Amino acid sequence: MTKADLIENVYLKTGYSKKESAEIVETVFDLIKDTLEDGEKIKIAGFGNFVVKEKSTRRGRNPQTGEEIEITARKILTFKPSQVLKSAINSDS
Amino acid sequence: MTKSELVEQLSAADPGLNKKEAELIVNTIFDSIGDALVGGDRVEIRGFGSFSIRERDAREARNPKSGEVVKIPSKKTPFFKTGKELRARVDS
Repeated sequence: MTKADLIENVYLKTGYSKKESAEIVETVFDLIKDTLEDGEKIKIAGFGNFVVKEKSTRRGRNPQTGEEIEITARKILTFKPSQVLKSAINSDS
Repeated sequence: MTKSELVEQLSAADPGLNKKEAELIVNTIFDSIGDALVGGDRVEIRGFGSFSIRERDAREARNPKSGEVVKIPSKKTPFFKTGKELRARVDS
């Protein structure tokens, strides 16, 4: 599934034109991305949480050369699926 | 930001959408992603990231209270990989 399929679903559900549906879907993801960029988490009940985590500096190794390198501190985005989503995925099989 | 705050912001960002319509849209988006994953499909949103299913192997674990060994069956878990653009923006 791609963004085009999401737009199609919004179009079918709402009756907005495909162009409007595309703009609306784009706006939703822009709002989410702007919020995460500010370091704020997104909590979608029944789906999961997107959380920005701060990673401190650590030592790593280039697996190819074995050379020790410093991995710099950084912020990463993590997704924690809700119990509802996890159960739904497992009940399918 | 919770889902209801996202709904409010969407309604504010697009004057043509009232709250009820904005809620239908946000629900449709996340329900669609969830349904695709339940159906075993991978979901890719350019500029945001992709969702896929990862299989966790069956394993044996121990009940920390009783020390009893329990078998944990294999299970599927949703996995999100952050897209390049968003990864860079979050770390900026």
